[in-house]
Amino acid sequence: MSRIADRFAALRRDNRAAFVPFITAGDPDFETALALLQALPEAGADLIELGIPFSDPMADGPVNQASYLRALASGMTLPKVLDMVRKFRKGDAKTPIVLMGSYNPIHAYGTARFAKDAAEAGIDGLLIVDLPPEEDEVLRAPAALHGLDVVRFVTPTSDAKRLDTILDGASGYLYYVSMAGITGTKVISSDETEAAVARLRARTRLPATVGFGIKTPEQAAAVARFADGVVVGTAIVARVYENVNAKRAALVANVAEFCSELANSVHAARGKDV
Amino acid sequence: MSIPPNSYRSGPDDKGHFGGYGGRFVAETLMPLVLDLERAYDAARDDPAFRGELGAMLKDYVGRESPLYYAERLTQHLGGAKIYLKREDLNHTGAHKINNCLGQILLARRMGKTRIIAETGAGQHGVATATVAARFGLPCVVYMGEVDIERQKPNVFRMKLLGAEVRPVTSGSRTLKDAMNEALRDWVANVHDTFYIIGSAAGPHPYPAMVRDFQTVIGNETRAQMQAKEGRLPDLVVACVGGGSNAIGMFHPFLDDASVAIHGVEASGDGLDTERHAATLSKGSPGVLHGARSYLLQDRDGQINEAHSVSAGLDYPGVGPEHAWLKDQGRVQYFSASDKDALAAFQLLSKLEGIIPALESAHAVAHVMRVAPQMESDKLIAICLSGRGDKDVFSVAAALGEKI
Ligand SMILES: Cc1ncc(COP(=O)(O)O)c(C=O)c1O
Repeated sequence: MSRIADRFAALRRDNRAAFVPFITAGDPDFETALALLQALPEAGADLIELGIPFSDPMADGPVNQASYLRALASGMTLPKVLDMVRKFRKGDAKTPIVLMGSYNPIHAYGTARFAKDAAEAGIDGLLIVDLPPEEDEVLRAPAALHGLDVVRFVTPTSDAKRLDTILDGASGYLYYVSMAGITGTKVISSDETEAAVARLRARTRLPATVGFGIKTPEQAAAVARFADGVVVGTAIVARVYENVNAKRAALVANVAEFCSELANSVHAARGKDV
Repeated sequence: MSIPPNSYRSGPDDKGHFGGYGGRFVAETLMPLVLDLERAYDAARDDPAFRGELGAMLKDYVGRESPLYYAERLTQHLGGAKIYLKREDLNHTGAHKINNCLGQILLARRMGKTRIIAETGAGQHGVATATVAARFGLPCVVYMGEVDIERQKPNVFRMKLLGAEVRPVTSGSRTLKDAMNEALRDWVANVHDTFYIIGSAAGPHPYPAMVRDFQTVIGNETRAQMQAKEGRLPDLVVACVGGGSNAIGMFHPFLDDASVAIHGVEASGDGLDTERHAATLSKGSPGVLHGARSYLLQDRDGQINEAHSVSAGLDYPGVGPEHAWLKDQGRVQYFSASDKDALAAFQLLSKLEGIIPALESAHAVAHVMRVAPQMESDKLIAICLSGRGDKDVFSVAAALGEKI
């Protein structure tokens, strides 16, 4: 089984939701981001989404876009993202890593070669925001060959018919975008999200994680009661930014501390109910 | 390289691909909208009522058809082929952009959308969108890079007069590409009521095909007018290429006429051998941006480079996907003209013909200044004069070092 499937199976046995932090690879620089990445499992991350910096992200709000630009200014590139994961894998063989980002850097790298190199580097899945099912075949074929999941998005605009298209060929898990909008702008309604996740459950056995707009431990706990995973991105990236002028160790400690709060809250959420 | 297709005019396929270009590279949130738009557009295109409504507005509101004007003094000055100007500069709002905006806003109304958004570079598309939004009483938000706001002040004020809200874009290079990013973000967040009027033959399917269709009125008229005046088709058709809408509108009706040479002219800014240009097709490479696969200005890592041109409307690091395909097919040849060339053409046309062209269109004129003298005097050239230069007088004065 893949690391992703293993992890969700274990979480199901424990009746817990996954805590899924998002950070940008290379924000504010390679060494700091690597140190933060290495600290995340200890802080309670069950799966990690690592952002590929891109100059023109269409689906991101100002906070994430600024983090990509910081990473690019520090010299980050896609080959260096793979390098970061290789280094991470030396100390952690279990925590799944999913790369998230826009397609063009992968296109420039060479899609098939990228799938191979990413799998070899220890990456488990790819979440490419501008590759809808209609266009993701170019990536899915080589990804499947190398055992990488191509994770698909489900959104509040996905009706039953659209869901057919999305589920046909989906693997790993599903990412439910909890609001129609860009990352980090609005706060979500957990009732609507719960209903949407219930609709997904009726259609597929793939785990459903929820992200976009979850900022606090309380909101994370509310979603953890019904979803298989809770993604927190912008709020963590904002923490990184608040600490950019601090020493590396202090930045990592501060952001990891915030992640621990979120993780504890996600992991305790269902316990409170039963 | 490959066998030429039976027709160069049959694309895109049903997934919106022109060969390996185009497509729908958008966030899942937008997919249902893009599919919905495609269905609505297909239905409208085949509906005589829609075509009738658009035709009537083009005639009485835009002032079509636009003249095909024989530029006698320019022809004499260059001493070669006979030069005609397709006068899109005489359209209401001063450029070809309104042809497309009218088509799209009529479609928005059919679809029951109540809010209009757009991106703009030179401000011509913003003005045209604000104009049709005013005409149909819909609220309108136009995204515009801060740099462009500074160099196109007259158009910013015009949009405000027309009742549109101009939202400055402060991210990235603060020009057209960033305005497009921002407009796409707005659309993602306001999917239920908003119609995004894209201003060029770019973006996800069906935009490139739809915008082209709305702009082919330029080429169709030119064809008929040239037949009427000269009894035959032109030997060469020329247009400037930013995102590529005036060019594809001018070119498309001629693509299957083997006797007609077709030249697109990009902006080479400070020069093709410098870093500061906007010559996407000449110097770029294929990639994915703003919903489509096409040529892009990008670095080795796939990060988008900033484009540079004195003309805000050509200052874009991408290009419509049909142009990418036509380039690879070899059916259209793409050239470039520098800031300096364009400024010279801007002044020459003003002095010889009493027509102040848009800086964008001046790039096409600059190219013709090079090729017309090489051609026999019985050859015919048709230039798409995509817009008028009133909006540019301040930036041209600044570029020429004059205070006004
Ligand atoms: C007068 C004029 N011509 C040309 C362009 C370039 O756009 P396109 O290549 O889509 O025709 C613009 C864009 O603003 C313009 O205002």
